Order: sequence, then structure tokens, then C-alpha cells
Amino acid sequence: MHGISHWILRRLSHLDGVLLVLVLVLLGISLAAVASASGQSPARISGHLINIGLALGVMIVFANIPPHLLSKVGPSLYVAGVVLLIAVALFGEIRNGSRRWLNLGFMAFQPSELMKLAVPLMLAWYFQRHEGLLRARHFLVGGALLAVPFILILRQPDLGTALMIGASGFYLLFFAGLPWKVMLGGGVLAGASLPLVWNLLHDYQQRRVLTLLDPTADPLGAGYHIIQSTIAIGSGGLFGKGWMQGTQTQLDFIPERTTDFIFAVFGEEFGFAGATVLIALYLALVARGLVISARAPTLFGRLMAATLSLNLFTYAFVNIGMVSGILPVVGVPLPLMSYGGTALVTILLGVGILMSVATHRQLNKT
Amino acid sequence: MRGVAPLKDLDRELARFHGRLKVGAAFVALLAVALLGRAFFLQVTQHEHYTQRAESNRISLVPVAPNRGLILDRKGRILAENYSAYTLEITQSRTTDLAATLEEIGKLIEITPGQLRRFRRLLSESHEFETVPLKSRLTDEEVAIIAAHRYRLPGVEVKARLFRNYQAGPGMAHVVGFIGRINDNDLKRLREQNLERNYRGSVHIGKTGLEQSYETLLHGRTGFDQMETDAGGRAVRMLSRIPPVPGKDLRLYLDVDLQAVAEEAFGDYLGGLVALDPNTGGVLALVSKPGFDPNLFVDGIDPETWKSLNESPERPMVNRVLRGIYPPGSTIKPLMALGGLELGIRKPGDSIVDPGYFSLPGSTHRFRDWKREGHGVVDLRKSISQSCDTYYYRLAVDMGIDRMHDYLKQFGLGARTGIDLEGESSGLLPSRDWKRRRWNKPWYPGETVIAGIGQGYHLTTPLQLATMTAMLANGGKQVEPRLVEAMREPLATAWQPLPGAVRGQVTTKPENLAVVREGMLDVMRPGGTAARSAAGAPYTIAGKTGTAQVVGIKQGAKYDEKRLAREHRDHALFIAYAPAEAPTIVIAVMVENGGSGSGTAAPIARAVFDYYLTGKRPGAVDLEGNDARD
Repeated sequence: MHGISHWILRRLSHLDGVLLVLVLVLLGISLAAVASASGQSPARISGHLINIGLALGVMIVFANIPPHLLSKVGPSLYVAGVVLLIAVALFGEIRNGSRRWLNLGFMAFQPSELMKLAVPLMLAWYFQRHEGLLRARHFLVGGALLAVPFILILRQPDLGTALMIGASGFYLLFFAGLPWKVMLGGGVLAGASLPLVWNLLHDYQQRRVLTLLDPTADPLGAGYHIIQSTIAIGSGGLFGKGWMQGTQTQLDFIPERTTDFIFAVFGEEFGFAGATVLIALYLALVARGLVISARAPTLFGRLMAATLSLNLFTYAFVNIGMVSGILPVVGVPLPLMSYGGTALVTILLGVGILMSVATHRQLNKT
Repeated sequence: MRGVAPLKDLDRELARFHGRLKVGAAFVALLAVALLGRAFFLQVTQHEHYTQRAESNRISLVPVAPNRGLILDRKGRILAENYSAYTLEITQSRTTDLAATLEEIGKLIEITPGQLRRFRRLLSESHEFETVPLKSRLTDEEVAIIAAHRYRLPGVEVKARLFRNYQAGPGMAHVVGFIGRINDNDLKRLREQNLERNYRGSVHIGKTGLEQSYETLLHGRTGFDQMETDAGGRAVRMLSRIPPVPGKDLRLYLDVDLQAVAEEAFGDYLGGLVALDPNTGGVLALVSKPGFDPNLFVDGIDPETWKSLNESPERPMVNRVLRGIYPPGSTIKPLMALGGLELGIRKPGDSIVDPGYFSLPGSTHRFRDWKREGHGVVDLRKSISQSCDTYYYRLAVDMGIDRMHDYLKQFGLGARTGIDLEGESSGLLPSRDWKRRRWNKPWYPGETVIAGIGQGYHLTTPLQLATMTAMLANGGKQVEPRLVEAMREPLATAWQPLPGAVRGQVTTKPENLAVVREGMLDVMRPGGTAARSAAGAPYTIAGKTGTAQVVGIKQGAKYDEKRLAREHRDHALFIAYAPAEAPTIVIAVMVENGGSGSGTAAPIARAVFDYYLTGKRPGAVDLEGNDARD
């Protein structure tokens, strides 16, 4: 009896208090928003609670895996992911016009989801191996390791996921010390090739960008979502219409309101004050992550912590930007707010790694 | 290989990393500021705008059409009423294949070719997203059949709609008129009058007759339900309601029985009759034969029926009382006589010797009297009772066209009477001035001569003849004819009178008017032109016959009714009032191709007088027994 509770306490000792509090507060807000958005649907609320429980479990597990063990998984996870992506390109199932799914017989699976974690792990592992000896060629290899899954996913086509993975890979290269002039050159090159990229984009991707530039051009089609969500947010005002009182939310004007568009629900019912609190919470999470990164004893830990922190905020930025009409509609959920098990598990897994990096400092030093 | 890195490199890398962390933090802060800026813009700066848009998203105004007012005759009998019925309606934009849908419906319930034609016409006149009726007045069985198959007929709906029923028959069509579906022209007009909003829930609008002229009163005010609706357009709850104000009921002066008597009296003849109360201007009967079934128009008429109505040589769609214009002929003589007296050109005792024609000084052209051998010695009274043309040829020349125009004008000739129906003709009262303006030609003396007997350029409507006669009957009071006597709030019992207007008063010397009236009485007395039509009447009638020429008779030729094809026979005219001592009813009759006023028009008036003054329904009216030609 004493042994079990001691074991549990040891497991829990790997949780970072600040991160835990922030995560729980955000999940509490999420629960309230999902309850309102679903019209207090018991199925949605209990489903969300189960997802939260599951994801918190995953977080605790990963918090207890020491970073050096985690780093060893990197290469195999990466190789497996790339193989699966190639399999998708060859035998994948087409849904909604893009080839993203691999049918494993008992379940359908998106290997691109796996890459969200595998790419930073692989790169962090690679740079850790060459710590202190980093030369230009190492960044070249790092860039290539990033480019392979990026192009495979872009070709599916899944622009949103490709860009998110590209961003996480770029963050890691950046923190590893990618020279400024390379970044500058890359930026100029990217800007110059923009027209070319535009032509390579699929019709629906071009439409999404155009819709963003002028949502009113197609008010009943693609622009409808953005118009309705901005109306919801704007009509929320300073303090919002009150929980369960948002007319845009309660009368079904907001699409996908428990998942991708949950920020519109929150913005309508809690207003600018609520939005400020929410963004502050994300900032606090990122700040804590960066502090953990700064204190991490190994390069792997530093790179992972910093990348995961920035990644988390990037997701939040892309989602809120999309819902409030400054970014194109890409299917990115709002971290720790949107309903949906996969995204929640992925995010809290990342938080678990952050906690692991935070709490395995002494161990790793020896 | 497990390389051992120089410490110097490690330190440098760590320092660079910490620098990069700060850049990362700054980057995140920048993104956060962008998000907060956007949120501030939407939620604070643009808050009003988006609140308004959220409200208009949420709230929809559902129009509630008011019930249309009823139209009743003077005894409270219903001429136009509402009923609700199920109609089968199709929205083209929601059907997958219109032709297949129509075929499918045709298999389920009976759709006549006429209904299909009407549907196609309505479809061509409306927008794709508007619902168009295919069949109205569905039976319960048909409703059930369609309901059972609705799931495979997208865009097909059964709707309960309010309809208008005109049960008084074709005889009332020219009075009551009809409503029809609102078309683009109606919409344009409503928009110009800023009434579009009031018709948002309405399908129909008055197109002709009283339905048109009293549209505003009959229609009422549209109500609005303020509904909270969800994104799918489903009503969630009612927020507030402005109830509709139903249209007003209208009561007419007109008596459907009197109307029926008049219609029957026409027999096979076509033409128009209008009976007025000379004191109020109230229209007691208004017949234009032939009529038509106004019910055909309520839900859109099929093109073939419309074509047959519109192109029929009998022209059933033309209201002859308001729009039929004919030379007044001899019916103008009493007024000419009064003018002669009033202007001091004639005295009652002045008489002429009528040789059967009149010639202008210095001319050999003979303006002939209808009686070839002449009337002998003729004074004013006799000139009316015998309808002596020669007397009026001379009077006209003495009066001159300009004075004639000015005098007749006071009795409403050449102008619209102002009846409460639209589309009235103003007729034509000729003058020197008019001829110059219209034709840029001088006036010829011969034209004055024939104007004296109501021929030439003169054109009048039967309604103008009736108002003119009413002024002779009531002593010069110019009343505007009115069909509607009173209105009431629906379901209320109290009627609010809608008094007619009096346009003016022509003052006459009583003794002058008395002589003219005596002449008109003589017309109906033994020896007068229409004496037969007054025979045995328990009241006195004052009248005047007339004919309106359809084909010109050549100089020296003789009009022979029996040799002319019926459609070339003259139109018969008759004006009269009764009882002569205190007139309560004035009649003007026009019988198309009736030949002579005394033969066909006067007996019709007699039948109407009889029923109105004694309640006696007429027996067979003898239309062929002629007293005299004119």
C-alpha cells in the first residue's frame, strides 16, 4: 500500500506545477465553451471529459519518460513515418479530394499526424549528436530531413499540416543556430518563388486564400464560415454576451463550433476580456516552456522544449487568426480548447515532454 | 563516433541558443499582439457593426398578409369574398428536373392542359426561386396524394392560400373587377408608391374594377411577426408581433337584383346601362354586356382563355359604360334646348316650320331631318318630344360652336365623370379651339349644324349621358357617380358612409328647366317618340331617345334598318329619369346595333324603372315594337 502511493507520488513528481495549473485552467475553459457550443449535449461533454482524461494520462506517461530515452525513439519514429507517408502516396485512401489516410484494416490513420512529433524528435536527436560541432552541412542535412516529409505531405495535398510541420522543423533549426544569412536568403527565395507556389496550389487552396482576402465575394460558400465567425466575435463586444447566451452560437450560425471554430463561441460569449485572458494563458504556457528550455541541461531538451512551446503558440495563432479572419481557413484546432481526442492527445503529449525536460534535469546531468 | 566537443564551442552554442530563445519569445509576443489587435478591432472598434449583423442574422420579419375586405351590394349581399384553399405550388429552383416533376404530378392527380399552360405563363413571368401555382382548389384527396409522394417531389409544396370568389356572376365583373397575381408592373408601381413593404406577404392585387380602385382600403395593412430564426431559417420563437390590419368591407349603392333585371332586359343585345341616384350620384346599376367570369383571373388565367376573351369581337373585357364612346345623337337635344333658353337664343314659344331639312345661308346642301317630310310647326317642347333635327340645326347655328361647347361643358361632357373606377374615357366635346389644336384645321359652319344634333365630332360615354341627365333631374347639381356608399371595419357592424363629391352647381332659370322637362315628359306621352315604353307605368318618366350612327348614310340615301347587317345598325340610346316630379333614378342606356332608341333602349330602361320604383319584375320585353325611328 505504502509502495503504491510512493510510486504514484514519484510519477506525479515529474509534473511541472506551473504547466499543470495552466493546462487545467485552459481545459476548464474549454469544457465550458464546448458545453455552450454543443447546446449542453451530454454526449459531447462526456466525450470531451473522456478525451481530457486520456490526454492527461498520456501527458503523465510522457512526463515520466526521461529525455535521453525519448531522443532514441526519434530516428525510428521518423523513418517509420516517412515509410508510411510513402505508403500513403502509393496506396492511400482518397477522402475529400486528398490522399491522407492509410487504411490499416481495423482503423484509418493519418501518418502526417505522427510526423508532427517525429520531425522535431528526429532533428533534435540529430543536432544533439553533433552538439558543439555544428557546421553548415549539419543544417543542410537538417533541412533535408525536414524537406522529405514536408513535400510528401504537401503533395497529398494537405497544405495546413505541411506548413505546421514545416514551422516546427524551422523552429528547431532556428534554435539549433541556423545562420541568419541563410534564413534571410531563404526568405528572399521564398518570396520570389511565391507566384510559382501559387500556381502549384490546388484550386481549393487558392480559393481559401482568396476567400480570406475578400470573404464577402462568396458569402454563401467558402466565405460563409469566416463571415459568421467574425460576426460572432465582433458582436461579443468588450465582455461578451454571457455563457450560453451567444446568438450566433446557439442558433447554429457558427460552423464547426465545438472544434475548429470554438474561439468564435468563446469570443462571442466572453468578449474581448475573455479573448485577452485566453491569449494570456497561451503566452504563460509558452513563457513557462521557454524557461524550461533555458534551464534544460541537454541540447536535445533545450531544442525540444523551445520548439514545442513555439509550436503550441503557432497552432493557437493560426487557429485564432483563421477564425477571426486574418488567416486562410486551414483545419487547425485550437490547442487545449477544441473538442477532439487526437489533437488533445498530441498537444498534451508535447506538454508531457516539456514536463519531462523540466523534471529530469539532475538525472541527465550525471 | 562519440566526438568530444571543445568547451569553447559548447559555450558559444549555449549563448547563441539563449539569444535565439529571446528572439523566439519576441516572435511569440508579436503574434499575440496581432491577435489581440484583431480581437480589439472586431470586438471594440467594430462592435456596433457586428452586433447589428448578428441581430439581422437572428431576427427575421415574417409578413402576415391581412384578410382582404369584402364587397357587398346595398342589401348586404356578398359580391366578393375570401376563401382559403390548398394549392399545389412549385419552386423551379428547388426541383431537380421540372419536366419530370410535372410529368410525375400528372400521374398522381389530374392536371388539365389549361392549368399547364397557365403554369408555364406564370413561370415565364416569375423568378426561378419564386413559387408558382400549378393547380388551385385541391380536393382533400389530392392533398393527401401529393403529401404522400412529397418526398420524391422536391420543390413541390401544398400551401393554404386565401382566394377571392366572385359569386355574383359575369354581370358584376365590370363593377367589382378582379384581383390577380402581383406582376412586375404592379411591383414597380408599389415600389414607386413606397408600398412594397405592405405587400410582402401578399400574392394578389386588385387589377380592375373596384378591386383596383379601392385596393388600398380592401388590402389592409400587412402585419409582421418578428421571429428568432436559426441558421437553417427555422423559427425558434416569436419575439414580437405587429398584427395585420384587415382590409375594409365596402358596401355599394348597387343592387344586384336591379342589375340582374337590367341585364335580362338586354336579351340578346350587347351594350351598356347605368342607373344613378340623381341626388347622391350613387350607382344603382352598371351593366356592360357581355360580361366575363372574373374568377378566371384570380390565380392567373391560362393564355388560351385570355386570348379568346381579348380577341372576341364582342370585346367582353371593355366596360362600355365607362369606355364606350359614341356620338350622343338626339340625347343631347334637351341640353341644347336648355342652353338655347338660358343663353337667350330661344324662347319656349318660338317655333319654326320644318320642311324636313335645313340649309346654311348661301348653300344648297341640305341637312336632313330624320323625318323626310318634316315636322311642320315645331316649338321647343315639340322639338324634344318629336326629336326634330331641323329645330336643332338652326339652334346650333344661332348658338355657334363656341357657346355650345361652353354650355355643354358645364354638364360634364368631354370630361371624366370622376366615378370611383379607373379607366374612364373623357369622351370628346368639340370646339373651334379643340379642332385647331387637334387637327390644325379651321372649324366649318356645317360642323356646327350636325353638332347640334349630337353628331359629328361629339363623343360621350353612357356614364356621361347619365350624369348629364342627373343634372337635368336634380336641377343642375353636378354629382360624381359613386359605386361605394360606405365602408366598415371588418366584423364591425357600423358602416361609415363615404359620401360622393359634388363638383358644382349649374344655375338655371326654373321656368327654362321646367319647359325642357316638359318636353322630356312629352317624349314618353302618347305622340312622343318613346310613348310605348311608358305605357301603363304607375309613375311618370321623362326621357329622350337617340341613335348613334355606325355607318354614314350618303346624302340622299335613306336609312333602312332591315337591309343593314346587324353589326352595321345604329346604336340605340336612351336617357330618362323617374318619377318625373321627384326623380330618384336616372338611366342611360346604349344598345349596340339596337337600331332606334325608342325600339330597343327605352324598353330596357322601363324594366329597370319598374323594378326600382315598384318592385315589379318585368315580363317579356318587346324589343321590336317601334314607335318611331328616333
